[in-house]
Amino acid sequence: MSYRPVLVSSLFLFLFAVVGSGVVAYTHDHTAERIHDNERRALLKSLNEIIPADRYDNDIFHDILYVRHKELLGTDKPVPVYRARKNGWPVAAVLAPVAPDGYNGNIRLLVAINLDGTLAGVRVVQHRETPGLGDGIETSNSDWILGFTGKSLENPGKDGWKVKRDGGEFDQFTGATITPRAVVKAVHNALLYYRIHGHELFEEHPGTVTEK
Amino acid sequence: MIDNRTIIRDGLWSNNVGLVQILGLCPLLAVTGTFINGFGLGLATLVTLVASNVTVSAIRSLVRPEVRIPVFVLIIASIVTVIELLMSAFMYDLYKVLGIFIPLIVTNCSIIGRAEAFASKHTVSQSFLDGLSMGLGFMLVLVTLGSLREIIGHGTLFSHAHRMFGTLLPDITIVFSEHYNGFLLAILPPGAFIGLGLLIALKNIIDKRAQTRAASITVAAPAAQASH
Repeated sequence: MSYRPVLVSSLFLFLFAVVGSGVVAYTHDHTAERIHDNERRALLKSLNEIIPADRYDNDIFHDILYVRHKELLGTDKPVPVYRARKNGWPVAAVLAPVAPDGYNGNIRLLVAINLDGTLAGVRVVQHRETPGLGDGIETSNSDWILGFTGKSLENPGKDGWKVKRDGGEFDQFTGATITPRAVVKAVHNALLYYRIHGHELFEEHPGTVTEK
Repeated sequence: MIDNRTIIRDGLWSNNVGLVQILGLCPLLAVTGTFINGFGLGLATLVTLVASNVTVSAIRSLVRPEVRIPVFVLIIASIVTVIELLMSAFMYDLYKVLGIFIPLIVTNCSIIGRAEAFASKHTVSQSFLDGLSMGLGFMLVLVTLGSLREIIGHGTLFSHAHRMFGTLLPDITIVFSEHYNGFLLAILPPGAFIGLGLLIALKNIIDKRAQTRAASITVAAPAAQASH
């Protein structure tokens, strides 16, 4: 029996693996910077939607504090807090918590909380909810998420921070209760976090991870 | 030798990926909630299918049969990844919407199916045409199913077109009734299965009709038949 055909085949397969990964690596190399730029721009756009650019004058992208709180922020990884300041005074904190119990896994949010504890706005950064059902949490599909603006821990009270089906104040979607329920809970938790740790958020230097 | 008209007819109708081969059901059923979602995935699948068919056909004389499947998988996976990267770099808005659909293309067995059944045995230009027709045929099913489910489920058509076209197009959403509460079944997965079933049934009815008509024509003109 000859080993030649086996060798030729495996060599050929190897060659293809190299060429294939080469093409992917080359494309990745030449697009990585653009993709990173795009993501940054999209994040800044979302940030400016909830905190208009004229409300702050600091470099919000670099005035970041990383915090950790598994129960209230939905992940055991450090969560960035973007801090908006004007003339050096704190204006609002934008937390990026995770709603871990979406219909298809994590929903990443931006929750902007004014200094007085009211919500400046909420946006969804990333999600995998069912297109046509759960994706009403995106502003491009419905205005649902705008309903959080102005709300706080007192308005509505503890019992109101639920979807209507659970006896709360927030609408669910046709055919999708799990997604809005997860978002409402995550926003409420972010507010709870802010009540406990809000005063510390503006004190620390950028980049510190606080273990709480 | 297969001629071009047969390739086109196979892809669009008689061997349609969605209606006859019943391949790629996972993406087909999962994303056809609206017209635009169906259109977006259809377009991405079309591009992948054409690219993979052309590549597989171009290297078909080099590949040894025993390693051809892993080689095809490598090619398809590379193409899909490259498309995903290029889209997120140059069409970020579109990518944000289609991003979740793109990895689903790899799970669409029609692509490796065409590579194995067609592209590995035919010329580059024929494989290109096959990829194009099969992709278009699949897209037509996605778009039809998406439109049906959107109309019945939401009472609208062409909503969220800006996801695909950005600001190029004005809002072209057609609202059929302002007070329509939606028909949940159509939006949920069972609606996708029922809708696809109905489409397949419709295709079979049309085929049967065409067959009967063809048969009656042959009966009416036996002389023409005899002369062959």
